[in-house]
Amino acid sequence: MKELLVEKSYSSVYDKLKRNSLKQANNIRKINWGDFIYEKLTLFFAIIVFLLVVVMGYEMYVNSKLSIDKFGWKFLSEKTWDPVTEIYGALPSIVGTLVSSFLALLIAFPLSIGVAIYLSELAPSWLEKPLSFLVELLAGIPSIVYGLWGIFVLVPWLRTEVQPFLYEHLGFLPFFRGPMYGFSILAASLILSVMVLPIISSISRDIMRSVPSVQKEAALALGATKWEATKIVLANSKTGILGATMLGLGRAIGETMAVTMVIGNRPIISLSLFDPGYTMASIIANEFTEATSELYISALIELALILFIITIVINAAARFLVWSLERKWKKI
Amino acid sequence: MRNKIMLLFLLIVGATKFSIAQVQLNAAGATFPYVIYSKWFDEFKKITGIQINYQSIGSGGGIKQVIEGTVDFGASDGPMSDEQLNEARQKRGTDIVHIPTVLGAVVLSYNLREVNKPIKLDGKTIADIFLGKINMWNDKRISELNPDVKLPNKSIIVVHRSDGSGTTYIFTHYLSKVSEEWAKRVGYNTSVNWPIGLGGKGNEGVTGVIKQTDGAIGYIELAYAVKNKLPYALIKNKSGNFVEANFKSVTAAAAGAIKDIPEDLRAMITNADGKDSYPISGFTWLLVYRDMKDKSKAEALVKFLKWAMEKGQAFAEELYYAPLPKAIVKLNEKKINSLTVNGKPIKVK
Repeated sequence: MKELLVEKSYSSVYDKLKRNSLKQANNIRKINWGDFIYEKLTLFFAIIVFLLVVVMGYEMYVNSKLSIDKFGWKFLSEKTWDPVTEIYGALPSIVGTLVSSFLALLIAFPLSIGVAIYLSELAPSWLEKPLSFLVELLAGIPSIVYGLWGIFVLVPWLRTEVQPFLYEHLGFLPFFRGPMYGFSILAASLILSVMVLPIISSISRDIMRSVPSVQKEAALALGATKWEATKIVLANSKTGILGATMLGLGRAIGETMAVTMVIGNRPIISLSLFDPGYTMASIIANEFTEATSELYISALIELALILFIITIVINAAARFLVWSLERKWKKI
Repeated sequence: MRNKIMLLFLLIVGATKFSIAQVQLNAAGATFPYVIYSKWFDEFKKITGIQINYQSIGSGGGIKQVIEGTVDFGASDGPMSDEQLNEARQKRGTDIVHIPTVLGAVVLSYNLREVNKPIKLDGKTIADIFLGKINMWNDKRISELNPDVKLPNKSIIVVHRSDGSGTTYIFTHYLSKVSEEWAKRVGYNTSVNWPIGLGGKGNEGVTGVIKQTDGAIGYIELAYAVKNKLPYALIKNKSGNFVEANFKSVTAAAAGAIKDIPEDLRAMITNADGKDSYPISGFTWLLVYRDMKDKSKAEALVKFLKWAMEKGQAFAEELYYAPLPKAIVKLNEKKINSLTVNGKPIKVK
């Protein structure tokens, strides 16, 4: 993945030439059976992955048919989630998922890039190794541990320190109003930002490091400052960093356990970040085990389907963004 | 020499007896009674060698697996609906029998540092707190119930379960019984559309939120309140007495509700009659097939059910469940004796 992202930023003309010459070589050469089997076998594995995605989507569609037929598109705009009267709507949880994830990204992105720049460009090697290790360690902590830390440390701190502070200084904005429980969209976003930080920063660091040092050295030789040299590195790894960010976003959208523990689990839409919210993954995890009626289960599976589609759409959008930016930058 | 032969003989007999009893039962369902069930299965295995594998996947899952016939028996905190029973009858060709095993109590725990004796609440007040109509601790309606307690001028923070659970089912069932408005606006189920409040995941989640939040109130299973040393309210029962939740008052509730319990034992006993009855409590059930196919499994199951009624009840209190009243045990035994294997009664010594 990392290599792929890096390669992309290099000339695709070279790739094309390479591919063409390979094709010609293949035509001249007699068919080697070992190569043939090797190619088909790996193709088979690649197809399995594709099929898996298709089958998953199809299964979710079939199992949520009941709810899709009953609610139609209204499922996306309905605000109520009521298992008693069996009215189900996904809007609050879709909003909750997107808001908490993007907010997490907003917090984590600048931090991650800072970490990546320091680790790849500036840190002395005796400090770089342990720091890198710690950052990667963050990625390996199970999300339930983050959740517990959230309940016992983050939430009380938010309630007694951060929220009153924000209310006092930024209370004129609608985002920082209302009762301060601690359990809130804000808490979820902060936890998520800690969770995506290691992903974005460690991938970005690897990408920045793989930029040929000749470029940087040349800039330094011409009298550029460290920051100016870093800018050259950043310019070369733009697309890769964007890809890393999207990976982080993917993690944030799908995260369940830690979010459930701190978000307050209430299906409402509110401007204030102090209010509790709900995410799609949390509803599914919370209610699936005790859901007894067919429609209830079907509605939960439809939520999963929507989450699945949102993830695919965001990934596709990211790919498209990378692709179009690449073209634009090439022209320059 | 003779002793040695004797010993060898005994060993062989013991071994064969053990191997005959190697029946395995598979079950799945409710998480709430998991603690006592695993204790029961453990003790039962020690005595009979019969192994029962239980997956605590939740009541919904338990009911589903019973309908699909993938387990030998199921477990649920809420009774199966008529539709579900019909579906099971069509798919499995036999009825499902509900057997109540133990009782659980749901308590209202709160976090009020200023108050050091248990507060008193009644059904309507609790419903209005959870509807958001009473939102201060020193509200007139709460103070009237607690004339001897000085309640602080603090807002009430309502905490409820975010995951589907039998605890929620019992609690909302109670609120629907005591408050018309609750019944109309919210109703009862394993999860409901809460008018206000924060959701915590699991009993431990709700307990955590209450513990940390000044002015919080929430419902949890009795065991969690006791273990975490959280105070819990005395609740006014149908006869007008304020009752503390404990094994006696919960068992009393089941005994008080007995005249209203239908023949199939699918009964909710919230707000039960009786002067000592604790009003927010409920059964948890095992779901078994009336007519089973496998003789050795049927015998093992009946043996277990009988053991659970006779001996098993004694384990309840130490694990914070309330034992069944004698009258219910009798009804259960009648049910157990009516089980059959391929149409024939099951004989267990």
